[in-house]
Amino acid sequence: MAEVRLSNITKRFGSNAVVKQVDLTVKDKEFLVLVGPSGCGKTTTLRMVAGLEEVTEGEIYIGERKVNDVPPKDRDIAMVFQNYALYPHMNVYKNMAFGLQLRNFPKSEIDRRVKEGAKILGIQELLSRKPRELSGGQRQRVAMGRAIVRKPHVFLFDEPLSNLDAKLRVQMRGELARLHERLETTIIYVTHDQVEAMTLADRIVVMDDGFVMQVGTPLNVYENPKNEFVAGFIGSPSMNFLETNVVEDNKRLYVDGGSFRLAIPEKLSKRYRPRLDDKVIFGIRPEHINDRSFVTDVPGREKLEAIVDVVEPVGSEVILIVTVGDHHLTAKVDPHTKASVHKPIDLSVDMNNLHLFDKETGEVIE
Amino acid sequence: MNRKRYFHFFIHLILIVSFVIIAFPVFYAFIVSTQTFQDVFVYPPKFTPGNDTIQNYVAAWETVKMGRLLFNSTLISVAVAVGKIVLSLMAAFAFTYFGDFKGKGLFFVIILITHMLPLPIRIVPTFELMRSFNWVDTYYALTVPFFASATGVLLFRQLFLTVPASLCDAARVDGITPMGFLMRILIPLSRTNVSALFLIEFLYMWNQYLWPLVVTNRDEMRVVQIGLKMLLAGQAQAADWNIIMAGTIIAMLPPLIILFVMQSSLVKGFSMQEEK
Repeated sequence: MAEVRLSNITKRFGSNAVVKQVDLTVKDKEFLVLVGPSGCGKTTTLRMVAGLEEVTEGEIYIGERKVNDVPPKDRDIAMVFQNYALYPHMNVYKNMAFGLQLRNFPKSEIDRRVKEGAKILGIQELLSRKPRELSGGQRQRVAMGRAIVRKPHVFLFDEPLSNLDAKLRVQMRGELARLHERLETTIIYVTHDQVEAMTLADRIVVMDDGFVMQVGTPLNVYENPKNEFVAGFIGSPSMNFLETNVVEDNKRLYVDGGSFRLAIPEKLSKRYRPRLDDKVIFGIRPEHINDRSFVTDVPGREKLEAIVDVVEPVGSEVILIVTVGDHHLTAKVDPHTKASVHKPIDLSVDMNNLHLFDKETGEVIE
Repeated sequence: MNRKRYFHFFIHLILIVSFVIIAFPVFYAFIVSTQTFQDVFVYPPKFTPGNDTIQNYVAAWETVKMGRLLFNSTLISVAVAVGKIVLSLMAAFAFTYFGDFKGKGLFFVIILITHMLPLPIRIVPTFELMRSFNWVDTYYALTVPFFASATGVLLFRQLFLTVPASLCDAARVDGITPMGFLMRILIPLSRTNVSALFLIEFLYMWNQYLWPLVVTNRDEMRVVQIGLKMLLAGQAQAADWNIIMAGTIIAMLPPLIILFVMQSSLVKGFSMQEEK
């Protein structure tokens, strides 16, 4: 029904470009998440799709229609805002009905849609309340209700969960996913929270400094980050980056960090051989570094001796911050680890999951 | 506990003393308005009501055609209060929401400057203007020059600036027009300030004396404050204080009624703002 296409979009405020040459197609019924640090241009991109911000260069299509000059109300979109933006002087019912009233829907139809929307979101009891009488989570529901009664072709969400507490956020995340399944509408969702992005998205778009860094399914972006930025941004705790050299010893390739030397698995050596003797950034995720006493040695697992600096038990696992020579690493290890502060520990690094990045460009080496 | 009681006692003492100080002139005016001419000049003054109440009020009403004066005053006060609010809302809306029209800053400064010039300074040029419009002795002259209000513009502008920008975005997505946004979102949100400003401007206009005196000649265009002066000036010998006070009490009534009517909405409005 409604594919959204951004063709070479640029947005400038004065001479300051905040969105740069963004090319993006959101498929019909897709849940697409724009994610990136604050100031990366994701919200501006969303606001351009909404029509709240003018496009400096490029074209935006919703369905077959070019919408650059179409006002927001005629774009067949609905938007949910970070601070909910409910009308304080109207009760929940009127808040939800307002957009339909402005479009001259008959009263009976408005009533039907508002009640249906309220039922979907479980806010039937709140219809006569004013926004100030609602909790954060309830306001969030009303804001979503206001969007769904319009039955738009595209939903736009601007960090809708960031004002909620952690528990409620997880709950609303689940509800959003179910809502998407039920409504089968195209959703563009902006967040700076990579967990939200990973759990909700069909595809995620990682942005930085106005540019699209990578587009892909959450798992694909997680496993095959195209550059150091994406690798560092997606995943929590963040990927470890260590400055190393690619060296050869006895026909085997190693990453050499001075104080440690880890063998590159045989199957990957073809990819990295051209970089022999180059300085590269060695990237490894914390979950691929384990306490050696809890893993069996399989090909590709390399031993690494380290000193423990910090032990952070989080229940399901323990996060260790360790020192190897003058490098610092984060490792996610088994909760039963015996690691203790200032004591040495034998770690096991799963080199099958290593990433090497060009030191100059930050691009992944393929 | 004891400290709290002392505190409450102290607060009540202050309130009662201020009330007595503020209310005494009104109380005394009322007492005088019921007394006979002779009673007023008795020494020591009598603080008990006299028997001439009805005669005094009728005399005050008839001597200066009080009915007409009250009508004029009410008309211009309501017109000015409404006019000021409407213009201020529109101006504040333009200053807040319409990005960068040319000379925005300059216009705003000009509006603020008008605020710094008191009426007596503007009175001669404004009178000249009224004369060239042939507006002297009309309701236009009594109302139009008061329509622009720097206070109002400033008040509403500050208020609008506190309205989150996302509310405007949400309304745009909902499909509202700019005027619709003003009428259906901003004005309902400003209800308290509108009531307060109405009250303030009504009183301000009700108490105008100098400008109505300058710009009107015919008796039927006079306002109630001039009427009071006419009661005083009409006497050849000693002033009829009992009748003047009767007139004063009459002149006080309409603002008092307005205050009572609007009080509940004002208080409600203030308490609502705190909840926000």
